Amino acid sequence: MTTLRLQDAPENEIPTTYKILEKEELTSQIKQVRIHAPEIAEKAKAGQFVILRVDDEGERIPLTLVGWENETGTITLIFQEVGVSTKKLGCLQVQDEIKNIAGPLGKPSDVKNYGLAAVVCGGVGTAAAYPIAKALKEAGNTVISILGARTEKLLILEDEMKQVSDEFYITTDDGSRGRKGFVSDTLKSLIDNKYHFDVVYAIGPPLMMRSTSEVTRPYGIKTVVSLNPIMVDGMGMCGACRVSVGGATKFACLDGPEFDAHNTDFEELIRRLRVYPPEERLALDFHEKAPGGICKCGKR
Amino acid sequence: MRETLMSNPWASDGQHAVQMKKLDPQIRVRNFNEVAQGYNEEQALHEAQRCLGCPKPRCIGGCPVGLEIPAFIRLIKEKKYDAAIRKVKEKNSLPAICGRVCPQEEQCQKYCMRGIKGDPVSIGRLERFVADLERDRGTNIPRTAKPTGKRVAVIGAGPAGLTAAADLAKLGHTVTVFEALHVAGGVLVYGIPEFRLPKKIVQAEVDYIIRLGVEFHNDALIGRLFTIEELFNKGYDAVFIGSGAGLPTFLGIPGENLGGIYSANEFLIRINLMKSYKFPEYDTPIRVGKHVAVIGGGNVAMDSARCALRLGAEQVCIIYRRSREEIPARAEELLNAEEEGVTCKFLASPSRFLGDEQGRVKGIELVTMKLGEPDESGRRRPVPIKGSETVIEIDTVIVAVGRTPNPIIQSVTKGLKTTPRGTIVANEETGETSLEGVFTGGDIMTGEATVISAMGTGKRAATAIHRYLLSKDKDCLNSQVFPHQLTNLKVINNR
Repeated sequence: MTTLRLQDAPENEIPTTYKILEKEELTSQIKQVRIHAPEIAEKAKAGQFVILRVDDEGERIPLTLVGWENETGTITLIFQEVGVSTKKLGCLQVQDEIKNIAGPLGKPSDVKNYGLAAVVCGGVGTAAAYPIAKALKEAGNTVISILGARTEKLLILEDEMKQVSDEFYITTDDGSRGRKGFVSDTLKSLIDNKYHFDVVYAIGPPLMMRSTSEVTRPYGIKTVVSLNPIMVDGMGMCGACRVSVGGATKFACLDGPEFDAHNTDFEELIRRLRVYPPEERLALDFHEKAPGGICKCGKR
Repeated sequence: MRETLMSNPWASDGQHAVQMKKLDPQIRVRNFNEVAQGYNEEQALHEAQRCLGCPKPRCIGGCPVGLEIPAFIRLIKEKKYDAAIRKVKEKNSLPAICGRVCPQEEQCQKYCMRGIKGDPVSIGRLERFVADLERDRGTNIPRTAKPTGKRVAVIGAGPAGLTAAADLAKLGHTVTVFEALHVAGGVLVYGIPEFRLPKKIVQAEVDYIIRLGVEFHNDALIGRLFTIEELFNKGYDAVFIGSGAGLPTFLGIPGENLGGIYSANEFLIRINLMKSYKFPEYDTPIRVGKHVAVIGGGNVAMDSARCALRLGAEQVCIIYRRSREEIPARAEELLNAEEEGVTCKFLASPSRFLGDEQGRVKGIELVTMKLGEPDESGRRRPVPIKGSETVIEIDTVIVAVGRTPNPIIQSVTKGLKTTPRGTIVANEETGETSLEGVFTGGDIMTGEATVISAMGTGKRAATAIHRYLLSKDKDCLNSQVFPHQLTNLKVINNR
């Protein structure tokens, strides 16, 4: 293996150790970590993300910044364990270090006082929606939040969202908690009843963002989505994250991650997210069958 | 090695250059090992003998960093290899890299007197020889000038930034390089493949710069993590921007966002930077189908095509809109690609991509071109022939039609003037920008160019930054050494 590590030449490297200080399991698959990263904590704004690499063999994966504290020099990330990289990350324990974190990346949310704002979020997308809801509230908006998940056990950040919302709704696909149905249904009934939203933020799985976008389209409500396509470098170099918005090709890492929902080509986004499943399965298989399984990575 | 020389009947007749051994195409196409094997001592001595040692050498003028070519070759002739590499490093901090990837045939070697009647002296191969020899034996670190107490922030650890950083460190300044990716090297690590430029060689050159005292801050995307203004607030006295031409250009034709269509940048970043050719040992995947089309005719296209073959493609075809004569890739790279089985389709240009039901690319519609009148670049303009559309079946496309400047820094830096094509406006000789204390070089100043030209701009900017710091604060700077005066620095061996 060729070594590319600058650590091998120690005296001049600026120590950037991204140590995990706290770890919490939000659901069986969704975890939250607080990480020492003072430079990023100082600059982070709602809507931005980081790209991290767990170890020397790791992928660069984008994760939304959920929280940041200048005083303690920490950032908070939430991730769902799906592939090798997120499972490796999930194996890391408090005091373990993440190899690399680059950020903050992407453009911050365009947060201002719109008036009445809806924040519609689903699944792990709630992690990305929370800082935006918080910022909208702080900017003086009346914030109505609709939080959804497939089932009760997958709901995250409920208390946090409640705290920054003037009104708060929960939906689950199976009705195990809150209203049965999709977040977009609840949004539609709110619009139909009495609410004149000035802005709607929709963050979650692409299908959920698409259906929310279709709900607001006939009313002409400004609707913003935060997209999470495949990314490699996260700084405009690879073009893997290109999305079609209003007929033009945009890079989610550079021009986004937030875009006008009504102009976003969700079909293309969904297709482009489906490129690597065979490779993902192969990688999981490779690591799970290796001695010690995936978690050996965290112990290096 | 004797065999190599014997099998090369032109080894010492003066007219022909000593050939360099390459891996057999059939074997190399199955791995990522370095193709060109470099000279051994005997070959290097033979080739060095061919240098006429002209009293007024024209080759130096062809080198963007002004390497004193006859002088270092004379030292090879005398077997003074340590002195030879020292002579090279006076001007070039990255010789093992330049010896491999410089287009010498367009630069120094173009002006070689030997080239008038026969082959020019293989200057690049000789440069590589002394650089590799030194690395094997242990690198010498020149003593740097007395610390000036001045701090310089260099943005981007590519060829321009690394060169500027090395020169400024030698002059006694405290230098921090801010690199956005997780490893230093820029295009040398994310762009140029292992088989053309092994990454351990880049790392060795970076290590050399680290040992000159330069500090590296990776994972730092300037413009997002810190602004230029914040760098000054942090106590840096000058800033060098070498953020490169990192943005991929797309063709802007229908179907370009189908699955299976990569920018060359994405394809090469996955392979070179993320090592997806070692997937699943490394976590980043890459998908290469059976029939691959590479759009474009530059060195990046050649690199992409050769990577695709190594990743198991059955057929790889380069599609270029002009003819073989106009192809911008180095002749050597086109030859290497063709030896390995890459085919070329000239005078053809894609008009749209066709996809299957899953949204994956399955074909390209090509238009046949003819060459018209020369355009502003001096090359004959390709003109589409109406009604000539044909469709070829492919399952993977790599778009290698150029890169544009990374816009992040320009978009957040007030007062930094840019050109309509997105490069930073600067004095070509000094790299001075519209902002005081801010200098630039490399592709972000010139647009996409070569490694060595980026190094040349980094070098000139380092000199200008030194002068600037000197003019700002004469007391602090007792060192008045300029790069051309570094020749007499003593060398300490670190081993």
